Amino acid sequence: MKLKVIDAQRCVGCQLCMFACSRRSGVAGLSNSCIGVRSAGGMSKGFTVIVCRSCKNPPCARACPVDALEMRPEGGVRLKAEKCIGCGACRNACILKAVFWNHETQKPLICVQCGICAKYCPHGVLELRKGLEKEEVRS
Amino acid sequence: MTHAYPTKVLYIDMTKKSYKTVERPELFAQYLGGTGAAIKLLDEHCPAGIDPYAPDAPIIFSVGPLTGLFPLASKTVAMFKSPLTGNLGESHAGGRAAQAIRMAGYGAVVVTGASDLPVYVAIHGSTVHFRDATSIWGMKSLFTAGSIIRAGEPGAGVRSIIRIGRGGENKVAFGSATTETYRHFGRLGMGAVMGSKNIKAFVISGERSIPVEDKKKYRDLYDQIFKAAVGSPVMKKYHDLGTAGNVRTMQGLKAMPTRNLQSGSFEHAEAISGESLAEKYLGRRLACAHCPVGCIHIAAVREPYENESYFYKTTMVGYDWELIYALGSMLGIGDPDGMLLLIDEVEKVGVDSMSAGVCLAWATEALEKGIIGEKETLGLKLAWGDWKTYIKATEHLVNQPNDFYKALAKGSVHAASIYGGADFALAFGGNEMPGYPTGPASYLGFLLGTRHSHLDNAGYSLDQNAIKSGKALTPPQIVDELIKEECWRQILTSLCVCLFARGVYTPEVVRGSLEVAGYSLSDEEILALGKTIYRDKYAFKIKHGFDFDALPKPARIFETPSPTGPFDLAFIDEGLAYAKKRIGALLAG
Repeated sequence: MKLKVIDAQRCVGCQLCMFACSRRSGVAGLSNSCIGVRSAGGMSKGFTVIVCRSCKNPPCARACPVDALEMRPEGGVRLKAEKCIGCGACRNACILKAVFWNHETQKPLICVQCGICAKYCPHGVLELRKGLEKEEVRS
Repeated sequence: MTHAYPTKVLYIDMTKKSYKTVERPELFAQYLGGTGAAIKLLDEHCPAGIDPYAPDAPIIFSVGPLTGLFPLASKTVAMFKSPLTGNLGESHAGGRAAQAIRMAGYGAVVVTGASDLPVYVAIHGSTVHFRDATSIWGMKSLFTAGSIIRAGEPGAGVRSIIRIGRGGENKVAFGSATTETYRHFGRLGMGAVMGSKNIKAFVISGERSIPVEDKKKYRDLYDQIFKAAVGSPVMKKYHDLGTAGNVRTMQGLKAMPTRNLQSGSFEHAEAISGESLAEKYLGRRLACAHCPVGCIHIAAVREPYENESYFYKTTMVGYDWELIYALGSMLGIGDPDGMLLLIDEVEKVGVDSMSAGVCLAWATEALEKGIIGEKETLGLKLAWGDWKTYIKATEHLVNQPNDFYKALAKGSVHAASIYGGADFALAFGGNEMPGYPTGPASYLGFLLGTRHSHLDNAGYSLDQNAIKSGKALTPPQIVDELIKEECWRQILTSLCVCLFARGVYTPEVVRGSLEVAGYSLSDEEILALGKTIYRDKYAFKIKHGFDFDALPKPARIFETPSPTGPFDLAFIDEGLAYAKKRIGALLAG
């Protein structure tokens, strides 16, 4: 399963995806979101939707000095929170800026590709897809 | 029990450039937030008789207990003393401001004092910075000022930038403040009050969590609200055409405000209708934070450069019903390109579109009737439909190069008090009319509404029902309905719920969502609180000089045929006399 931005042009910037991601843990607000919606240089220019691509050879995991990011066979990483020292090296290593940060716990926020964000996107911007490997090669 | 409502108030002193945070849980426990909390804070800081531009005059921002928890609770309530009316200024804006204030950790922000130099105030979580804004003061377009601030501040994606243009800087009495490029604290002059304090902008950001006691109930109710919002036909209407869909409705009712309301029918209505604009110009839709609807419609206007072939400038211009009425039909403009470019000009300078349009419409008629001449307009031949001249007049309105434009920048009622023409100065309580001239209930709503917004009272829908059913209400019946509905809407605006979503936030949903936020209020207690907030707003208004007997009613509203059928001054006066009695009794307790 992999999260995919299928059409960022349809994004209206409502951020329901961000709230949904944060709400996974049962709290309201935005501190836990692993997805980001930002204007592409002002609201008139539309939005950039930042999601983790679950890289096969993830730079975030390579940058972690304490092996707190465990690689998943299908790509992407899992955070071992008990190992994490909150140094921020993973965040700096991700050029997509898809490693988000919880300022309350001082730990990274790593997308687990659960797709809750896509479930709450009312405008068809996001999708959780199965077996994306072939399409990835094409695009 | 854990509660999820805000407790902190941020106090900013612009004179000392200092700030402090005060825990005031009782404020939000008792008054919820939004309108309820703001009127309390305003009353604490705004004594009777204070000049709206005095350094001590406050600006209050307030958000609600559902902001950040549930969809559609995305409004920020601002309160201040209005330089346009000299009375209660209340303006609500969407965008990301409410989310940013709540995520920065606050339920309300109180701004007093005045800075010696132009500054912008950057609030990032618990820290407030006062940044030099001298280099962006006086900038031609507030869009450019916004992008400069954006480039230098953190919080991309979760911040709000509330900025003013030259309208606010030059204290046009209806100077507005713009947030996220396309949303506004539009009405009643909050931008001018910011200008008087030398505040170019507020930048606010934060990312927090809000703990919720009953997680299951929270998720279930969230899903119920989300489904109701995305499945509702009303919300679909707002997404598809937006409020611009009203053009056909209002034209159909013969309530399309045309050429300073000399008529209720506009021959070019179709060209500026929501359907036509969507088909030919719609380039993007936007949403406020945490709102699935996306009702903000942006037109792409392409203009060729005069001396260079195949070279075009594309401008993204927000449009909705109020802009179309005020800067389109009210000025006789039926050319959609021209209307959109005039809207863009009004946006760049940062003045309220409705007041600007109505003031220019009054000036056009005054020129036609010879009350003013080209000496006053500085040679501009204001004429219905001539959008190029209206763009030039907007520049004059903002720069105020002579006594006439200085007077017009204080509003149509003020200008008419000097030059004459009060009978066709379409303002109520000093505030230029919104675009719903459907009949007596609407006008009574404009005159009696505590916020001067058609959205806060039921006047328009009462008129519509009367038109459909053919059953006219008496003045006391209208007033009773207006007060009842406005009391309920005080609850919605204290929760900072967008009033477009009032059908989603039924009394049951309101009670349930308040429970999730940690309140325990019965339906009766909620209704009683709405009444209390309404009463508190009237108490403030009367303390600051509101007088039921001294409200001017422009004769134009009785002359132009109304879709409800004719009504007269005696009808309106009967309603006002009844309201005075009822509201007097409410205030007496």
